[in-house]
This record gives sequence, C-alpha cells and structure tokens, in this order.
Amino acid sequence: MTNGSYALKARSHPSYVAFILHRVSGLLLAAFLPLHFLALSQALHGEAALDSFLSWADNPMVKIAEVGLVLMLALHLGCGLRVMALEALGWTSWQKSMVAIAFGGSLVAGTFFLLRVF
Amino acid sequence: MSKLKVSVWRSAGSGAQEYFDVPRKENQTILDVVTYIQRNLDPTLSYRYACRVGMCGSCAMSVNGKARWTCRTHVDKVCDSDALDLRPLENFPVVKDLVCDMQTFFDKQKKAGGAFLGAHTREDSVALIKPDSSGRMAVDEAIECIGCGVCYASCDVVKWKPDYLGPAALNRTWTLVKDERDTRRLDRLRAVSGDAGCHSCHSQMSCTQRCPKLLSPTHSISGLKREVSRAALKGEL
Repeated sequence: MTNGSYALKARSHPSYVAFILHRVSGLLLAAFLPLHFLALSQALHGEAALDSFLSWADNPMVKIAEVGLVLMLALHLGCGLRVMALEALGWTSWQKSMVAIAFGGSLVAGTFFLLRVF
Repeated sequence: MSKLKVSVWRSAGSGAQEYFDVPRKENQTILDVVTYIQRNLDPTLSYRYACRVGMCGSCAMSVNGKARWTCRTHVDKVCDSDALDLRPLENFPVVKDLVCDMQTFFDKQKKAGGAFLGAHTREDSVALIKPDSSGRMAVDEAIECIGCGVCYASCDVVKWKPDYLGPAALNRTWTLVKDERDTRRLDRLRAVSGDAGCHSCHSQMSCTQRCPKLLSPTHSISGLKREVSRAALKGEL
C-alpha cells in the first residue's frame, strides 16, 4: 500500500466520514445558494420570466438534482445535530449510532422527496 | 517460517523507507519487530521504548498508517499480509529514524494550563475526593492518559493548524478543570478558549478512535467547550 492509501484507511471511520460529509454538503449547499437567488430573481422580471423558469425546472434532470439537494440538506442537518449533541451533551459513546441516524435520516428524506417529485 | 517484509523510515539524507526481512513469530509485537531489526540487521536504527507493557507511552509510532503503541500491538492484529510499514508519528518533528521530538507536545500541555496548583501545602492533610463525586466521575477515564502522543499524531486539526493545543493537552486541562482541589480553573479556561484551543476541534474523533487506552479526548474537549461557554455566559472570562 502507498502512504496515501494508508492515510485514507486511517481516516475510514464513521466520525471522520461524518465530518467530511458535513463539510462537503455545506459547501455544495453554499454553492447552490447563488443559483437559488438567481431563480428567485426571475420574479423581478415579471410573471412570464418566472413561469418560464419554473416550467424549465420541471425537467426530470432538474428534479433529480433537487433530490440531491434535499439529500445534502438532510445530511448537513443530521451531521450538524450530531456535532451539537456531541458538544452540548457529551454523547461520545453514542457516536456510531448518531452517525447512523444522520445518514439513515438523510436517505429517508431524499427517498421521500424522490417519490414525491415523480 | 514466514517472513515479514518491513518497510522502515530512515531519516538519513532527505529520508526514505528501507526494507528488512524479519522472521514472523507467534505473539510478536511491533516493538519485537523493530528490536529484531536493530539487534540483528541494522544496529544504527533508532527508536524509543522503555516499559514494554503499555505504561510509559514512549514507543508509539505509525504502523501501516495508523499511530499505535508498539509494545502492545501484535503483528497479527495489524497485518493482513506480510507487509509492515513503520514510520515516526505524524505531526511531530523527527529526531532520527523512528524517534520523534516530543518537546512541542509537552510544551502545549503547559500552554493549556496542564500544571496542577492546589491550595494545600505539604503540611496539610491529604485531600479526600469522593470516587462518586460528579467532578471525579467526569474525569474517570481522562486521568488515565499516559502521554504517548497517539491522539496528537492522529489529529488532522493539529496537522492543518500547528498551533492547535491538541487532544492530549486539552484532555489534561479537562482533568484539572474538574478537579475540586484546583485553584486555577478560570486561568485554564482562558488558556483553552483561544483560537488554538478547544473550539478548534472539528469532532473528527480520530483521537478517540486511536487512543490505545480507549480514552475519549473528544469527550474531554467537548466538556471544555461547555465549561468555556458557561463561564463566558456568566461573564467570568
């Protein structure tokens, strides 16, 4: 094994994965915000412009992207609650359960949204 | 008898891994492997150990990418194949080969307010701490730290932010903050509330994952975060 693969293996534990997913989901959500504001700003150009955008957003690809967005949001929320529980309540012995709840809850939220949009 | 192919960090020049073949035996520890190399294959190899029974915390090194105490780590536990990769602990300057310079590590314990200061003198009677008191219970595990540096070597925050006090120093401070004999609680909280203190911990928990004594520095650090927050809300800091 190379030094890099050893380093990766050393970090392959639930809490570290939760840390990475918390950061990555946060960055992706932050990157989405300008698009969100851009979409909302279409209303400033009148009803037709917004309706045109909303009909484009009915595109299945956009719906799939929305599922990803909901998944990121749920993941960020779950991982954030994990950190808050850890820091405010000192529940270190529950870590693996909390990480599992965060991931499981995110998947449930994403799947629920997926079933609703199609 | 099968052989272990052991790759060992040698610091000569710009440093490189050097390979040794070591006979594999039953109940063989990583420290046994390093000692075999030094005594039979290359006497110039430098490494550090003392007690050999998991008490002194001096023999830690990176084994197949993970920081471990080597005297209590069996080869069978960490080797799926016959390959073994040994390096000095990460996040420490290297003195030579597998020997790290622990100076900064212990300096950070001082910076974090790790020296006990009680109100009693040697003329007073011994302070009695009830084993079931809340302060004593809160640090029941944390006081067992042997200062091996495994948590510090496993922490990515230390790697990214070299000023960060690190899990061991913060764990030590936590034990003193909860010590009812202690007289410097607020000084300690001030020492760990800065940019390099407890709030820099990202709860990655590699320290807790790797601690050979199965302690949880993350738990101690989260305790310090709560103590600092409470003191700040009360206007004590």
